[in-house]
Amino acid sequence: MQQDTLVEIDNLKQYFAIEKGIFNRKVGEIKAVNGVNLKIKRRETLGLVGESGCGKSTLGRAVLRLQEPTAGDVYFNQENEKVSVLELNKKEMRKVRANMQMIFQDPFSSLNERMTVMDNIIEPLVVNKIGDKASRKKRAGDLLEEVGLRREYLSRYPHSFSGGQRQRVGIARALSIKPQFIVADEPVSALDVSVQAQILNLLKKLQKELDLTFLFISHDLGVIRYVSDRIAVMYMGNIVEIGEREELLRNPHHPYTEALLSAVPRAGQSRNRIVLEGSTPDPINLPSGCIFRTRCPYAEEKCAEQKPEWENIKGEHFAACHFKDSLELKGIKNRKRA
Amino acid sequence: MNNNENILEMKNLKTHFFTDRGTVKAVDGVNLSVKRGKTLGIIGESGCGKSVTAHSILRLIPSPPGQIVDGGIQYQQKDNNIIDLAKLDARGDTIRKIRGNEISMIFQEPMTSFGPQYTIGYQIMEAILIHNPEMAETKAKNKTINLLDQVGIPKAEERIDSYPHEFSGGMLQRAMIAMALSCSPRLLIADEPTTALDVTVEAQILELLEELQDETGMSIIIITHNLAVVSEVADQIAVMYLGREVEFADSDQIIDNPLHPYTKGLWNSIPSLDGELEELKPVKGTVPDPINIPAGCPFADRCPEMMAGVCDQGNPPEKIEVEEGHFVRCFLYSE
Repeated sequence: MQQDTLVEIDNLKQYFAIEKGIFNRKVGEIKAVNGVNLKIKRRETLGLVGESGCGKSTLGRAVLRLQEPTAGDVYFNQENEKVSVLELNKKEMRKVRANMQMIFQDPFSSLNERMTVMDNIIEPLVVNKIGDKASRKKRAGDLLEEVGLRREYLSRYPHSFSGGQRQRVGIARALSIKPQFIVADEPVSALDVSVQAQILNLLKKLQKELDLTFLFISHDLGVIRYVSDRIAVMYMGNIVEIGEREELLRNPHHPYTEALLSAVPRAGQSRNRIVLEGSTPDPINLPSGCIFRTRCPYAEEKCAEQKPEWENIKGEHFAACHFKDSLELKGIKNRKRA
Repeated sequence: MNNNENILEMKNLKTHFFTDRGTVKAVDGVNLSVKRGKTLGIIGESGCGKSVTAHSILRLIPSPPGQIVDGGIQYQQKDNNIIDLAKLDARGDTIRKIRGNEISMIFQEPMTSFGPQYTIGYQIMEAILIHNPEMAETKAKNKTINLLDQVGIPKAEERIDSYPHEFSGGMLQRAMIAMALSCSPRLLIADEPTTALDVTVEAQILELLEELQDETGMSIIIITHNLAVVSEVADQIAVMYLGREVEFADSDQIIDNPLHPYTKGLWNSIPSLDGELEELKPVKGTVPDPINIPAGCPFADRCPEMMAGVCDQGNPPEKIEVEEGHFVRCFLYSE
């Protein structure tokens, strides 16, 4: 494992069996995550973007082992030692998980309503038996100030807070145990735009101050662009393209990335949009060859026969498309208005 | 109505909710108009009163606790008669004939807008037959198939017998639009029509709305918190904050040259996809409790350009026309 890699995801697969009848006969499986390889570097934000059902949240949960992946492995760089997260027993896992935390999408269901803000924030400390009562209280107060809330709020209950304030408490809780790696699963999707911008700025500030590494999951390309160093585009359980932020957005090499970028509404956009036909294919019967071919405006015979391999475009930019060299795809524009 | 171009004019509309905790002035003096064949976008954050405004037009405000306490909603009917919707009996025949027939609405969550126990076709046919009791059922069925076809549902003659759970979110929103269009409305109110949908599906739906407007010449009010959506489809945009429109102009004007500090803050909160990456400079704080709205300009305590002694004193001026057709309610622009 390279020094600067914090998390390595190796051919990770997460299948969900579909069962039928009283004997739970397996009639098929949903390949939610279908062989993902990713390296997340220390102190970077890797943005993971895709539409609903593409498997991005499942991937995030599998990386933290909140569910047991079907196959593959996840490695974590623990004090320069490569630890396989999936092989750890419960006790060892607890130690590693102290370094990995999650921020959830819905600030209204991710906090415990029956616990005060303080108890919510220090729960990870209690579970991991870190500190004593006084030090935990001090830490909770410091964290509240860090995320832009007043120390007095410690004794309040979550119901008296707005969505943005709750999300700040959720962030404070994730930080309480001083993790190195945070999976943020759509952390701003449920918030109004001005609150969303406040939270995004907060996350960027915290990252700089605390040397955090983020896997940032979102369906919103504008948000992803704002926070990410590199971006991975996911479609039907597969990463189809990955690259440094501006390089990928300005110079996409996978038709799905192009379509996704052109779908984002903005002034004057409708006249030159690539509208994808139909909706995503049935996840139980994935198409042969390239998974995107059924909706791809450039698909040819070869796409049905052969699964495209990962190929390097330049530097850290990779794409899985047979025609990545011959297609001239459009990225984001240089100027704000068309 | 002063202007024959307009199909709908709201004048000083006030819809209040009388709750146990106090009065919520959800809509508190809105002045907006919708032009014939054009799209008005209403944008604002949660709690700004944009949905209540839309529901007030169709008189869908639950009463109690809600009530239109002041103002008017002038609507020009098919036969050019002008009628004040705010004065109608919310349960009366007149508004019922207008709902669905002349003005129809599509909602945010297509998944909960259809009843789960009837087929899509049955529910659309029902809407058609209520407004045209004399129509034969076979004819209504054909019309339903045509509508589903028109909104881009493949194999409409088969899908007419599908149940809502057999449709994806995007398909349901299309079916919802088909139902809204079933009586050829002259005004379509779309309340967050794409918020629950993925971007690629959102793009399809926005495109569909524009096509349908070109074909039928209907007016549209689109309500959303998403500036990008509004900038793409709306001809005019109104920005709402705490029950009032704070700025109103043609789309290009308001996007390129926002005047109200709240509009500016909103614009600076949205991470852009094109151009250089810029730092977001959001409005600080949060929307105040609607029951205890501060005196003076309701935006004063969050406003970066607040003028002490002015903004926190009296009510902000009524519409000031800063450039032609570009209105703002803000002390910064008063003489």
